[in-house]
Amino acid sequence: MSDKITLRYTVTTEDFTRAGEASGDVKRKLKKMNVSPAAIRKVAIAMYEGEINMVIHANGGEITVEITQNDITMTLADHGPGMQDVEKCMQAGYSTAPDNIRSLGFGAGMGLPNMKKNSDEMTIETKPGVGTTVVMKVLIES
Amino acid sequence: MTISELAAQTGFQVLSEGEAPDTQISGVFCCDLLSVCMSHLNAANAWVTVMGNVNAVAVAVLTEAACIILAENTPLDDAALEKAKQQGVAVFRTELPIFEAAKRIDSLNTP
Repeated sequence: MSDKITLRYTVTTEDFTRAGEASGDVKRKLKKMNVSPAAIRKVAIAMYEGEINMVIHANGGEITVEITQNDITMTLADHGPGMQDVEKCMQAGYSTAPDNIRSLGFGAGMGLPNMKKNSDEMTIETKPGVGTTVVMKVLIES
Repeated sequence: MTISELAAQTGFQVLSEGEAPDTQISGVFCCDLLSVCMSHLNAANAWVTVMGNVNAVAVAVLTEAACIILAENTPLDDAALEKAKQQGVAVFRTELPIFEAAKRIDSLNTP
């Protein structure tokens, strides 16, 4: 695998039925490329949490996944509402998710911490009222 | 113990057979909070939960759980059943509470 492979997905808002399709698809493709199971697991978890966040909090968005020989970079760009306090959002247990989301098994304030835990590098750019872009990199030989 | 042996030996109701009935169960995992499940559920675990929605199926796929066991006779909603069949995820149901269901699987799985 010498070239860079780029995959693109659109996440639609409030569509819980489809959340997980993008991460599932990436997982299948990485498996076919013989990427190590540990790296695949990290990518799948980080990306699924990100997808769920885009459905719960933002108005959907776009995910770009770039795969090289050395790493997998996921860029999740959503359409708002942005984070008022990124540090607070990164705290385990802090959540602004509504009750109906909690009853589905999410909204426990573990999404972003889980994303950080499962990526080797993670950056968040957010603008209240505009949107958030999260970039996560997973090293293949990690 | 394999997934199909689990179904046969426990008598749990089979809602979806799954695509890999010969998978050896690696252990039992109990939790309903999906973010925790994603972090800690190991591949080929039998996962006992009361989450019968489409997100639970997605988590089972991503973590490569052996199967989902719905405790307390929890219903599996239509979207989740369809997704489980489409993705080849085995789903069983029992009237047992979570702890009792997990004990039952563990006692059969531990020689």
